[in-house]
Amino acid sequence: MEQKTKQEILSVEELSVSFSMYQKGLRKGNLEVLHKLSLSVRAGEILAVAGSSGSGKSILAHAILGILPGNACMDGRMLYKGQPLTEKEKKGLRGREIAFIPQSVDYLDPLMRVGKQVRGVRGTKERQRELFRKYGLEEGVERKYPFMLSGGMARRVLIASALMEDACLIVADEPTPGLSERLTEETLKSFREMADAGCAVLLITHDIDLAFKAADRIAVFYAGTVVEIAPAEDFRKGKEALRHPYSRAFLEALPQNEFCPLPGFQPYAAKLPKGCLFAERCRERNEMCMGEIPMRKVRGGEVRCVHAR
Amino acid sequence: MIYIGLAGIYLLGIFFLGIFMPESAYEVNYAEKLIPPCADHLFGTDFMGRDMLMRSVKGLSVSMVIALLAAGVSSVLALAFGVAAAVFGGKLDAIVNWCVDLFMGIPHLVLLILISFMLGRGAKGVTAAVALTHWPELTRVVRSEVLSVRSSQYVRAAYKMGKSHLRVAWEHVIPHVLPVYLVGVILLFPHAIMHEASITFLGFGLPAEKPAVGVILSESMKYIAMGKWWLMLFPGLMLLLAVMLFDVIGENLKKLWNPDSGNE
Amino acid sequence: MTRLKYMGKTVLRLLTLLIAVSILSFLLLEASPVDPLTAYIGTDSTLSEEAKEEIIRHWGLKEPPVTRFLKWAGNFVCGDWGESITYKKPVKTVIAERLKYSLALMLAAWLFSGILGYAFGMLAAVRQGKLTDKVIKTFSLTLQSAPVFWIGLLFLSFFAVRLGWFPIGLATPMGKTAEEVTVFDRIYHMILPAVTLSVLGTGKTALYTRQKFIEILNKEFILYARARGESTGQIIWRHGIRNTLMPAVTVQFASFSELFGGIALAESVFSYPGIGSALTAAGLGGDVPLLLGIAVCSAVFVFAGNLAANLLYLVLEPRAGSFV
Repeated sequence: MEQKTKQEILSVEELSVSFSMYQKGLRKGNLEVLHKLSLSVRAGEILAVAGSSGSGKSILAHAILGILPGNACMDGRMLYKGQPLTEKEKKGLRGREIAFIPQSVDYLDPLMRVGKQVRGVRGTKERQRELFRKYGLEEGVERKYPFMLSGGMARRVLIASALMEDACLIVADEPTPGLSERLTEETLKSFREMADAGCAVLLITHDIDLAFKAADRIAVFYAGTVVEIAPAEDFRKGKEALRHPYSRAFLEALPQNEFCPLPGFQPYAAKLPKGCLFAERCRERNEMCMGEIPMRKVRGGEVRCVHAR
Repeated sequence: MIYIGLAGIYLLGIFFLGIFMPESAYEVNYAEKLIPPCADHLFGTDFMGRDMLMRSVKGLSVSMVIALLAAGVSSVLALAFGVAAAVFGGKLDAIVNWCVDLFMGIPHLVLLILISFMLGRGAKGVTAAVALTHWPELTRVVRSEVLSVRSSQYVRAAYKMGKSHLRVAWEHVIPHVLPVYLVGVILLFPHAIMHEASITFLGFGLPAEKPAVGVILSESMKYIAMGKWWLMLFPGLMLLLAVMLFDVIGENLKKLWNPDSGNE
Repeated sequence: MTRLKYMGKTVLRLLTLLIAVSILSFLLLEASPVDPLTAYIGTDSTLSEEAKEEIIRHWGLKEPPVTRFLKWAGNFVCGDWGESITYKKPVKTVIAERLKYSLALMLAAWLFSGILGYAFGMLAAVRQGKLTDKVIKTFSLTLQSAPVFWIGLLFLSFFAVRLGWFPIGLATPMGKTAEEVTVFDRIYHMILPAVTLSVLGTGKTALYTRQKFIEILNKEFILYARARGESTGQIIWRHGIRNTLMPAVTVQFASFSELFGGIALAESVFSYPGIGSALTAAGLGGDVPLLLGIAVCSAVFVFAGNLAANLLYLVLEPRAGSFV
């Protein structure tokens, strides 16, 4: 309950993102990948956005940072500390107050020494050395090239880069795949430290396990939208505590639970059904599911399902 | 597709116009010498009163014939070397690669001059020189393409079924490599035309009495100081256009046959 | 130390190729219908019988080709490159005199095409798909396809004849003695040929740089740089140049072969007394010793370009050590 009082850093309202692209026959078409997505992160909190791979989660991160490609078109509203977050605002904030932690070392310039890259365009050498010491990176690392880094070092380098300036919002896109358990723990610990220092952390991941361990709240992502946002403890309690049928199915599919995968596939962005995006695979489907489904507050969480009680 | 069609029609038009053109079309007429471009002579006339439009078309057509011969010889060499190197590998591959490096180790124009010198200059020399020097790059292309097919599943399966090297090459490798190869041959054309014109211009190629683009341009040099600009401008433009159109055809075919290769 | 080993290997491979190129040139000239003795002294020689015997002995002209090649190679290495028939001077002197002019010309054209082509290429890539890009792309494609000698004629007829801005030819003003010629005279005479020579390279470098930079711009690290608040200018400066300059310079070095071919054409258009016009003259005049000398020089030139490209890669590319 203490979280409620903390300042809302980022709030995304009804965000839709579509790409205009050439489809077969060179006809120009619009492909909507995010649909009316809403979520918010507060200071001191870790919000995990969890969903299966290829459902467009990275697009959300790119949209928040304003680094979508030129053929993308956005609709909806974003607020940063209560103020509208426009493309122009993003330009001034990214790298300063909004930091991005990418997936892997591929996001580093292969021909630039690590130290210079961590410092970026505005950082100082003192701050960089301080962060390197904090994350146990030897002084020699700053003179290395990215290809010389081990997986763990690369991870710490990317985290240090995010903290070069006074970030208030940290967006991490799949920060742990391919890391050993120990390194994953270590990474999550550093996210918690950032949150404790007052940052809002948006953790995008396909790994629901990771989300349980690390996050305060979890937003379940399906077919380009958020279907449920709930406190992490609800997920730990089991499927009865959850509100959306997809969240429950997601939980059931885990190896430590029933390990029973949900039949069917996510709908392809070009051929979305009307109404509820999950309806095709849902056991509780009825006529009500064909209409517009709003996000509703249910039992201390939010859900996009007409049946939820 | 439209580009390819238009370019093809233009190039074929020049080619056949030139071949079937009667000599009277560009015959000597001293009454009309050095006329600037006008309605009767769109490209003007030269110092012997010959019509420059007709001479340019004929000249370009002659260059195309030589380029055709050269491309034929060079492309067969490239296909044979490239396929052999990739299919048999080992020593043969090393030798072919070495030969490619060798031919590329000397400036192309110097090589052309040496070969044409060896054959005593003239039409024979230039044709042979152009024909014998355009295979290295295409050989590389063919070789790497064959190598990529060779490591593919179905070719390995064919070997397991006990088919011979030759049979695999014929049934699997050549059909796959053919599109890339044909584009390579078309892209070889502009080089061949340009090189023929270049060494003819320097005086090693076709003899002065032949209406070749190189000859026309080298003659025009004497008249530049007198301000007879049309003698060089139009034939050169036609040469440039022909070279570019061959490029357009080649590049568009490449995109058509292999959409992934487009870099846009 | 894999790096050093690789370097040694590269140098060795290029050297063997250089030797092979010399053999190839020798064989080609050997196969020409010209009588070997005539090839060495020319058709209108007034040499005495003893002098002719001496030449036959010196170059091994009556011996089998292998021996003859070894004789020639031995003499060549010792600095005896024979006597040029066309210029009635030792081949070495002719080449040395003319190489000065040609090297200056090639260097100017090389730098000019490199800088201009690179700048055009980067600009086109940044503005990909926009009008600037389309103009640069079309322009470069045209430059790349244009015959060097025709471009030379075009410049000559427009800038030198019509506008009278530049001299019509030669490397120095006519009627001035060698002492009177100033540096400015030389540069003034060099401008048109150098620009002509750079046309091909400018187009190629621009198209190559454009493609390379577009490739880089699509890389993830550019996205990350933007996410960290770098402006387009900072991205070009910090990542663009870092990642495209070396490949562009490498390609520029590899273009030495075309550059050498270009001088033969450009020099003959502008009657510029360099090694290119000597090559043409030697070929047309049946001057075998000079032809052979220039052919070997051209191979050395290409060799130097390839070597530079290879070494540059090893020195400047941090990942090179782990690749080889």
